Amino acid sequence: MIDLNLILENLPSFFGGAYGEPVLSTSDGLVMTFQLLGLSLLLGLALSVPLALMRVSRNKWLAWPVWLYTYVFRGTPMLVQLFIFYYGLSQFDAVRDSWAWEYLQEAYVCAILAFTLNTAAYTTEIIAGQIRNTHYGEIEAAKAVGMSRWLMMRRIVIPSALRRALPAYSNEVIMMLHGTSIAGLVTLADLTGVARRLYADSYQPFEPFLMAGALYLTFTFLFVWLFKRLEGRYLAYLAPRKH
Amino acid sequence: MFLQGYLPSILEGAVLTLEVAGASLLVSVVLGFVGAMCKLSPSKPLVWLAELYSTVIRGVPDLVWMFMLFFGGQMLINDVATRFGLAAPEINPFVAGVLTIGFIFGAYMTETFRGAIMAVPKGQMEAGLAYGMSPLRVFFRITLPQMVRFALPSFSNNWLVLVKSTALVSVIGLNDMMYKADTAKSVTQEPFTVYMVVGGLYLAITTVSILALTWLENRYSMGVKESGL
Repeated sequence: MIDLNLILENLPSFFGGAYGEPVLSTSDGLVMTFQLLGLSLLLGLALSVPLALMRVSRNKWLAWPVWLYTYVFRGTPMLVQLFIFYYGLSQFDAVRDSWAWEYLQEAYVCAILAFTLNTAAYTTEIIAGQIRNTHYGEIEAAKAVGMSRWLMMRRIVIPSALRRALPAYSNEVIMMLHGTSIAGLVTLADLTGVARRLYADSYQPFEPFLMAGALYLTFTFLFVWLFKRLEGRYLAYLAPRKH
Repeated sequence: MFLQGYLPSILEGAVLTLEVAGASLLVSVVLGFVGAMCKLSPSKPLVWLAELYSTVIRGVPDLVWMFMLFFGGQMLINDVATRFGLAAPEINPFVAGVLTIGFIFGAYMTETFRGAIMAVPKGQMEAGLAYGMSPLRVFFRITLPQMVRFALPSFSNNWLVLVKSTALVSVIGLNDMMYKADTAKSVTQEPFTVYMVVGGLYLAITTVSILALTWLENRYSMGVKESGL
């Protein structure tokens, strides 16, 4: 029932080589998925550390807007967020007339924007939660040696919170790997997009989507394994004693 | 007029979104219980099967499953129908969407329920059996009421993710909020406003869900002592 030939023939399409072109000659498929994933995770993480600090701040005017931001972005589907950027921005003449329009009309840029803001919202909450969980002893010790608030944050609280955020963050990374699959709905040829194109060409639903699914599954396992290793390294001090 | 009168149409879509989400939740809860029972059963093949189900489903994006099951399911039905010389019935997109989302979230519910059942002290079930209750009666009278408290936090999370996943069903032709928004945005030329309204409706569903589920959690935690430092 499953046509192996069809899978073998179209295997290169998932790695950027469609219609007989060499593999990696375009950024279709896996490369697109990983570009979207890598860029949005990187930007999202960079955004989320300062946002998490604001989120736990005692100043209401800092904490409240960040709460609202994470609430809105975590409470709505990422597809809606993507469509607001991709379709929505064109409603405003000011946006269309600005220098940024050249970039904002690109599906790729919109996808990066939506994915970044989405993952930043989840990551902010993960990190803020771990900052709040910091053991009071660590903070008292930092104060006792005369660290300023900022120095204490930079040297004690943030590094330890980031380590403890690893298990929850690994879930977020996998959610984002799967989340990028909606990029195909705004014309981008990521893994799912390529599978859809193959389906449209061949009218065979199982082979293309099984291939895409198998690739997602492989990378999900890879990420799980990778984060287990990272946890073994950075959370070793929290593991139950082995001897 | 706001959105040239398209607001009622989007609200209709919201009702369908809720219907899809509710029906999918039902399917996923049933599958979740079956999965959890299999995982906790003494039979190795059942454990293995449930393990395979929950791992493979959770390792692949919803959208890929949706395409595969919707397009693939239609093809399978066509194949079977032609083999028997019958006219192939069209898959109802509502049924397809509900089954697909239910199937996916059944895997998440499996994990939720397995953990919750394991959190109920074993002695409770043993006592029930010692009283001569049948295993089914033990489950409904002893295990189920006590596992709710342990299952609720993760159940709430699954529900919130499930609601947001329903945004994808428009790609298989369901007239949900996203589908109505697509029509509305082309006609009104106000895509930003349209999707903001849709986002607002999703946020409203999320907010009401969180409030209701927190209330439930409090109710089921009645009489449980919280340890404070």
